[in-house]
Amino acid sequence: MNFLLKQIKKIKPQFEQGGRFGKLRSVFEGFETFIFVPEKVTSKGSHIRDYMDMKRTMTVVIMALLPALLFGSYNIGLQHTRAFGIEGWSLMQMFWFGFLKILPLIIVSYAVGLGIEFVVAQLRGHEINEGYLVTGMLIPLIMPVDVPLWMVAVSVAFAVIIGKEIFGGTGMNILNPALTARAFLFFSYPGWMTGDKVWIEGLTRGTAVDGFSGATPLVLAKLDEFDRMPSAMDMFIGTIPGSVGETSALAIIIGAVILIATGVGSWRIMLSMTLGGLGMGLLLNLVGSSEYTQLPAYYHLIMGGFAFGAVFMATDPVTAAQTNTGKWIYGALAGIMVVIIRVFNPAYPEGTMLAILLMNVFAPLIDHYVVNASIKRRLKRIKTT
Amino acid sequence: MEKIEKEPLLSAKNIKLMTGPLGDQNPITVQVLGICSALAVTVKMKPAIVMAISVMVVLAISNVIISAMRKSIPGRIRIIVQLVVIATMVIIVDQFLKAFAFDVSKQLSVFVGLIITNCIIMGRLEAFALANKPWPAFLDGLGNSWGYGLILIIVSFFREFLGSGSIMGFPVMEKMGVYNFGYEDNGFMILPPMALITVGLIIWFQRSRNKSLIETK
Repeated sequence: MNFLLKQIKKIKPQFEQGGRFGKLRSVFEGFETFIFVPEKVTSKGSHIRDYMDMKRTMTVVIMALLPALLFGSYNIGLQHTRAFGIEGWSLMQMFWFGFLKILPLIIVSYAVGLGIEFVVAQLRGHEINEGYLVTGMLIPLIMPVDVPLWMVAVSVAFAVIIGKEIFGGTGMNILNPALTARAFLFFSYPGWMTGDKVWIEGLTRGTAVDGFSGATPLVLAKLDEFDRMPSAMDMFIGTIPGSVGETSALAIIIGAVILIATGVGSWRIMLSMTLGGLGMGLLLNLVGSSEYTQLPAYYHLIMGGFAFGAVFMATDPVTAAQTNTGKWIYGALAGIMVVIIRVFNPAYPEGTMLAILLMNVFAPLIDHYVVNASIKRRLKRIKTT
Repeated sequence: MEKIEKEPLLSAKNIKLMTGPLGDQNPITVQVLGICSALAVTVKMKPAIVMAISVMVVLAISNVIISAMRKSIPGRIRIIVQLVVIATMVIIVDQFLKAFAFDVSKQLSVFVGLIITNCIIMGRLEAFALANKPWPAFLDGLGNSWGYGLILIIVSFFREFLGSGSIMGFPVMEKMGVYNFGYEDNGFMILPPMALITVGLIIWFQRSRNKSLIETK
């Protein structure tokens, strides 16, 4: 490491303003701070700078995503063996099979996304935004495993340019970039984002063994085939068809613990979204008349992308509500919307993506009213005393 | 009697009336008028072109009529008078399309009738025809509808090309054989949000070329 540090120090002057590679300043800066903690020191007065800068925060989120990624890899292998009646694969075999299927998705996502970020940073002459480190990992985890790579590339380009850079880059975007990419793909190529074939590796090309269906629990629920739904335990562990990283509530909870323990993710949003979904489910249990509304409320938390959305998507610090009260409202409404879309919208089996995107749009409004209410309350207190 | 200096028919000022709306005075991207129909009729190029021509006829002729009557229209009921003129023109165009281009007329459905509510037409009548002579008003009508049509054609070109894989109904993508490589048409391009984003991209492009269009805060 010392050697690396010396080398970086040595070539650094060439990248400063007016140096030989002065134009590539932001690229160099991006790599330097990625490897070492930035050594910025304030020059006036005393300030305490936390080493927990944006890049470290992002690294924590990546670590929290690992359980979901690892389980997702295993699950791809598992579903593949089930679909094609392969027997005798060991756990490691399934894992490697799945991992090698996800790897191209991850590589495409990072290559396209970071490529655009680098170009934009060069054009604007500012630092490279590190926001894409997490987005680039989230995107493969919310895709069906069989999605063509060029579609991933197109949706990533759309999400980074239209969803983020137009608004001014990381920290300025209104919509969660990862969900923007998924929404773009969902509306552009619906054949690759819905149905009962895309969730399992190889099923779009080959035919499965008799009696096997690659339908996700949500699709089965939409089709009123409740007797074919997997057991709640299977859905909790995650051995069900679905997007790469979303199936296992267990792996996501491990990630949630990491996020909450390090203070990176907001527990308020996670909790309020869970409560919102659970509450809406219970309400439907009471008043609903169709079979879907009678589904146990906790099923909504372990089906589809609810858990993944609540832990990794809704908590995005840029697009979520900023005030604490606002976070409660934002999370709860997102949870309620998920269940409403799932149960009542005939076109969309899954509502997590749309619900969170909708609440992203409303987050500034919620904050506005929370802040104004607080100001009013304080003014009143001054007047009465 | 003093001599009135006669202005040539196509003086520099009059030419500007026609060319301005194609660029820095564009009704859609700069004045932000007529966005609604730009989203609705731009799925395919053919209806977009027919729509542009219809708007051109309606706008140019209404501009002339209102401009000719401008001294006799009482200020308080001018909007109603304008609406009567526009509605008459729109109905004539609508009937004409139904008689001679029924297929396109069916594709455009209500949007021909909705030219009445197209903000560009009311906007130009209010802003220009009421205060100018018929000839400049006619040129202004032509210019603005060309500016409108230009954006419509650009947007519909991208939407049809990427969304349906064809240009003017000719299946370009299929002829190039890209479907064999796994290419698929982008269904999102057919939905209205993508029209809005395409218009936004055009506005972005235009303003980055001409900084004077960027509003100061």
